[in-house]
Amino acid sequence: MNAPFISADAYFTDVMREIGALPMPERTQLSRRSILKIGVAGGAGLVLAFQIGGAGKAMAAAPPVKGEFVPNAFLRVAPSGRILIYSKSPEIGQGIKTAFPLIIAEELDAAWTDVDIEQAPINPAVYGRQSAGGSRSIPQSWDQLRQAGAAARAMLVSAAAKDLRVPVSELTTADSEVIHQASGRKIGYGDLAIKAAAQPVPDVKALKLKTRDQYKLIGRSFGGVDNAGIVTGKPLYGIDLKIPGMVYATYTKCPAVGGKVASANLDAIKKLPGVKDAFVLEGNGLVAELMPGVAILADSTWAAFRAKSALQVKWDESDASKDSWSATVAKAKDLAGRNGNEEIVKTGDFDGAYKGAVKKVEAFYSYPFVAHATMEPMNCTAHFKGDSAEIWAGTQTPERILSSTAKMLGLAENKVTVHQIRAGGGFGRRLVNDYAAEAIAISKQAGGIPVKLTWTREDDMAHDFFRPGGFHSFKAGLDANGKMVALSDHFITFTADGKAPVTGGNIPKEEFPFPMMTDAVLTQTMLPLMTPTGAWRAPRSNTNAFAFQSFLHEVSAAAGRDHVEFLLELLGEARWLVPGNDGALNTGRAAGVIKLAAEKAGWGRSLPKGRGLGMAFYFSHAGHFAETAEVSVDANNKVTVHKVIVVGDIGPIINMSSSINQTEGAVIDGISTMNLELSIEKGRIGEGNFDEYPIMRITGIPEVETHFIQSEYAPTGLGEPALPPVAPAVANAVFMATGKRIRQMPFFKALSTQASA
Amino acid sequence: MITLTVNGRAVEVDDSDPSTPLLWVLRDTLDLVGTKYGCGVGQCGACTVHINNVPMRSCSTPISAAAGQRITTIEGLAKDDGTLTAVQKAWIDLDVAQCGYCQAGQIMTATALLRKNPKPTDEQINTAMFGNLCRCGTYIRIKQAINAASESIAKGGVA
Ligand code: FES
Ligand code: FES
Repeated sequence: MNAPFISADAYFTDVMREIGALPMPERTQLSRRSILKIGVAGGAGLVLAFQIGGAGKAMAAAPPVKGEFVPNAFLRVAPSGRILIYSKSPEIGQGIKTAFPLIIAEELDAAWTDVDIEQAPINPAVYGRQSAGGSRSIPQSWDQLRQAGAAARAMLVSAAAKDLRVPVSELTTADSEVIHQASGRKIGYGDLAIKAAAQPVPDVKALKLKTRDQYKLIGRSFGGVDNAGIVTGKPLYGIDLKIPGMVYATYTKCPAVGGKVASANLDAIKKLPGVKDAFVLEGNGLVAELMPGVAILADSTWAAFRAKSALQVKWDESDASKDSWSATVAKAKDLAGRNGNEEIVKTGDFDGAYKGAVKKVEAFYSYPFVAHATMEPMNCTAHFKGDSAEIWAGTQTPERILSSTAKMLGLAENKVTVHQIRAGGGFGRRLVNDYAAEAIAISKQAGGIPVKLTWTREDDMAHDFFRPGGFHSFKAGLDANGKMVALSDHFITFTADGKAPVTGGNIPKEEFPFPMMTDAVLTQTMLPLMTPTGAWRAPRSNTNAFAFQSFLHEVSAAAGRDHVEFLLELLGEARWLVPGNDGALNTGRAAGVIKLAAEKAGWGRSLPKGRGLGMAFYFSHAGHFAETAEVSVDANNKVTVHKVIVVGDIGPIINMSSSINQTEGAVIDGISTMNLELSIEKGRIGEGNFDEYPIMRITGIPEVETHFIQSEYAPTGLGEPALPPVAPAVANAVFMATGKRIRQMPFFKALSTQASA
Repeated sequence: MITLTVNGRAVEVDDSDPSTPLLWVLRDTLDLVGTKYGCGVGQCGACTVHINNVPMRSCSTPISAAAGQRITTIEGLAKDDGTLTAVQKAWIDLDVAQCGYCQAGQIMTATALLRKNPKPTDEQINTAMFGNLCRCGTYIRIKQAINAASESIAKGGVA
């Protein structure tokens, strides 16, 4: 079979639309404001559910048991007083399984100790978006979750009003109780369950949501809801799953993407101890789904891994990737200095302004491909049952598994059940469910037995959707006052389809500071690429931030100006960059985080010799972040980051503990990744395991100080936006300490090969 | 068959391949899945267990070498009545985990450290924990939790 090779970019475009990181096309948009309606009456009480867009099926996560109050698909109150809250989206370490229920519990006015939490079933018709990506979970669900809690609370209060024969206006709530202050009477939510179930569901517009000063839970610190299970080793992750009759599988694909199986020693493999079967899958040519490979089924993970190491496959690489990073670097250096063939921004007259500049700065920045390397390798358990399918997966996009599996197997979507399971890390890797497609295809070809597919670490490194490398060739001109009057960037990136940049390798025309410039040009060159790329924590931003925020510091340094003052001048007066879009850059919020970071860092203080303080600002995923780094560099060019100060404005914080944890993690991820690289030759990733891809260990971690400006805007996500400013803050600090300018990731290479600027 | 003593219980396991890593016998045969697979080559520490109180990488320990030794996994730290150790409690109190996947290994290594050295210096913590990767970057809280557990042990807590 000769399936055509199809890159993952179309898949990502779709996912990004779905998660709201890109605008939707004409296709029906799910209404963000969900409408509450009365559902079907059940024998045990009323089943009420959310309806989305007015046309969805009303249903609760599970049928109510006698005496329960199930106002909608998000929560149920038992007569005992226990409150079960369903968290609708996947937990990948970002803390959403705690944050979502906190929002519901806040409006419900529940005592947190009364709350139990479960993952919701995957049913986008009921829950709307059920994915984790783009730091969009909180902003997209904020209204919906608050309404779910507030509607339940209103019904409980109405029930109590009837019970106590007092008007609703005389009642308040706190800690899972309705209180009649005047008489001192209180009724627990559990005691109200049966009566509340008989109350009409309030109109969503009539719901009174709390104001911020009324919050009792939101903004405080709460431990992760799975913490007890984590510290005692409970089976929480996909890789921990065991279902009756299950066999263990591995899957081996061509190390150069696009290669097909010419032949394999299947007969020898089948004779190995513990091996039950081995066969070839042709795949469907979609990198985001099923590429050709060899499946081995065995009676344990080890038997499967052991057999895999004896597997010999002859690959047909006629259509496979021949990508080479070293050739790409040479090509990009060649292209540097000229303009790209595609214009992204052109305002005013760059050439004229540059010619007239009294001082000129030119620089070439580069960064390599990197891997996600989540701690839990890709894995999935799947059972093809002929006319239906069941899948268990740690994934960021469970609803995509539902639709793609149904399509791949030719089943109706309601014949596919997907269970979302806690994932040992995501960072964007688990937006793609190739491992799930493999697991279900293996289960099907094996005759419908349940299969747990586990990737080895080496599989995981080889078959990622990588953060693409890239190159920026900058020019800037300064006038006599040290003002930047001309700016150009030739951005060299990649394309898989010849039309658009690969996922994670683009640059938007709003890239700061282009909208602030009168005479500027941004051009692009796209080099062909087959290596799959994807969304890596703050896609495009994590690399563009390094290039732009470092170069801006080069410019301010060339002008002899203070960098903070230079940035603030660029930002100008407080305004929304795209009026009416509160997901856009707000220069006032930007200035706010920069000023506070400078103040907290003691900006301008004198530092001991060999130390430097650097600053970078970046706006991404609706979050405004400024970060300072204090570093020292030793005689061997080893950089020590002593302290990083992070100031972020993402509106109000939901869970302070996990927000600080996320921020510290982003800083460490940023420092770790600024020193990582993958080599690609002959279409193959050169690095196989952590010995060759040394992510940061506990030594050398900096002190991290986190501050949030909890502005009045609606809250936005934190999984990503704290990461992009880290690397440029460190690079700028290294310049302040040594006069050496880092223009290349990995940083250690830049320092070992570059002389003083 | 060989006998492994895991969390105080003796179990007989198939030894037709004595080179089978202890990790997979724990996970697939004994259903003790708290011990995690991260790399399989001794690089990440996710698979850390105690063998005779020493933290060992179960992915790189063949069952032949584990036979007859005292093996403790993350599931065996808490008392039978569910009482957690000082280290486990500190991990909860400081809300250390993000994805949590590495944390069983981190806790096993930290526990072995504190049992041997209840008041470790920062340097000693770094040395002991160096082999345990955390992709989510929770190292700051890991250190805080080790220090908190150390304080609680000084007040009579059990590591
Ligand atoms: S799995 Fe054993 S050290 Fe990584
Ligand atoms: S908490 Fe995710 S790897 Fe450590």
